[in-house]
Amino acid sequence: MTSGTLAGLVGAALVGLGLYGVIVDPQALRKILAFNLIGSGVFLVFGIVARKGAAAGLQSDPIPQAMVITGIVVAFAASALAVALTLRLFEETGRASLRADGGAKPGGDGAGPE
Amino acid sequence: MSVLAALDIGLALLVFAVAAWTVFAPGAFAATVGYVVYGLLLSLVWIRLFAVDVALTEAAIGGGVTGVLLIGAAARLRQAEMTTVGEAPSGVTRLFAACLCVLVAAALAGVVLLLPDQGPTLAPQAMERLPETGLGNPVTAVLIAYRSFDTVLEKVVLVLAVVGVWSLAADRYWGGAPGEARAERPEPTLAFFAQMLAPIGIVVGVHIFWVGADEPGGAFQGGAILAAMWIILMMARLTEAPQTNAFWLRLALIAGPAVFLAAGVAGVAVAGGFFAYPSGLAKPIILFIEAFMVLSIAVTLPMLVAGPPRREPRR
Repeated sequence: MTSGTLAGLVGAALVGLGLYGVIVDPQALRKILAFNLIGSGVFLVFGIVARKGAAAGLQSDPIPQAMVITGIVVAFAASALAVALTLRLFEETGRASLRADGGAKPGGDGAGPE
Repeated sequence: MSVLAALDIGLALLVFAVAAWTVFAPGAFAATVGYVVYGLLLSLVWIRLFAVDVALTEAAIGGGVTGVLLIGAAARLRQAEMTTVGEAPSGVTRLFAACLCVLVAAALAGVVLLLPDQGPTLAPQAMERLPETGLGNPVTAVLIAYRSFDTVLEKVVLVLAVVGVWSLAADRYWGGAPGEARAERPEPTLAFFAQMLAPIGIVVGVHIFWVGADEPGGAFQGGAILAAMWIILMMARLTEAPQTNAFWLRLALIAGPAVFLAAGVAGVAVAGGFFAYPSGLAKPIILFIEAFMVLSIAVTLPMLVAGPPRREPRR
């Protein structure tokens, strides 16, 4: 197995891990973290596509590389906006989770401390 | 097994373990610290994929600046963490989610294993026209010449993100400064490190931008390192974030995309195509555009990390 394929498999595993975090963790910040794991996993899978496109004396196809660089920057911008929204939610409601009834209905179903 | 292969497997296991830590760590703060380590390890993986430009970006933005952003947020959200204890989904949901995630990961792994050894590639075309751009680094050529429109739009996304973050400010803070004020007496250790690191980091950042024309590096990586230096100075409270209604700040934020777009439109008149550069002048034009992009990135990233204005504007 080449190092490229190994990196691709790590990417696949990262997508799985991140998806689990996004679904299971109730905290918005942990969801943002997990979403970034998915993102970097996808980038890695794309990275091995670049590696398999090695040609013309290059070890790796430059087009996917440039797209991943663009992707990393955009992922950061999205994370920054998501973090700002989470902090604002915390300032307004004192909570930082995304439960549907969070803070809206006083009393709620009693599952979480209001 | 060769040494490199053993290192690869060790690195892969380490990346997976640290990623698992960021998902399963008991506290959000511990998880975000793990994420910084993860970003740095991931940049090593990118080096092993012979993508040094991506490795630099991942280390500077993916690990460094994103890490500062998340750690800062985790520190402020510590109290809220307690309120989510009762909201964790039930065991059945977790099991179901785990099965789904294993399936998705397995499907992706299958795709990775089934990829042909030699995939389709644009590398020959990229190398063939490289002399016309005057550049030596094909990744920079893709970013600033072949796919310039992508890069412009990405810069616009950064500006939009800043607008989005600022618009979360309370009405009375609009136009004010984000973050904390400069300290009368900065914490000595932090101040010492910031004063040591910033001059070196500024030189490294400008160097990485400049060599990006021919070697791995470029506007994103150099700009991100400059941004990190400003963030460090603000964290040490040796300086404070500027007021968000400052004219120079807003000009610096849009300088990169504005100059890039202007150069693209000028291409219609001068070189006969949107984003066409006149032959022979391509490299100076590219470096000119990149210089403004470095400025915009170095200003945008710290503003995104600093968050919405939290102090009333001074008149």
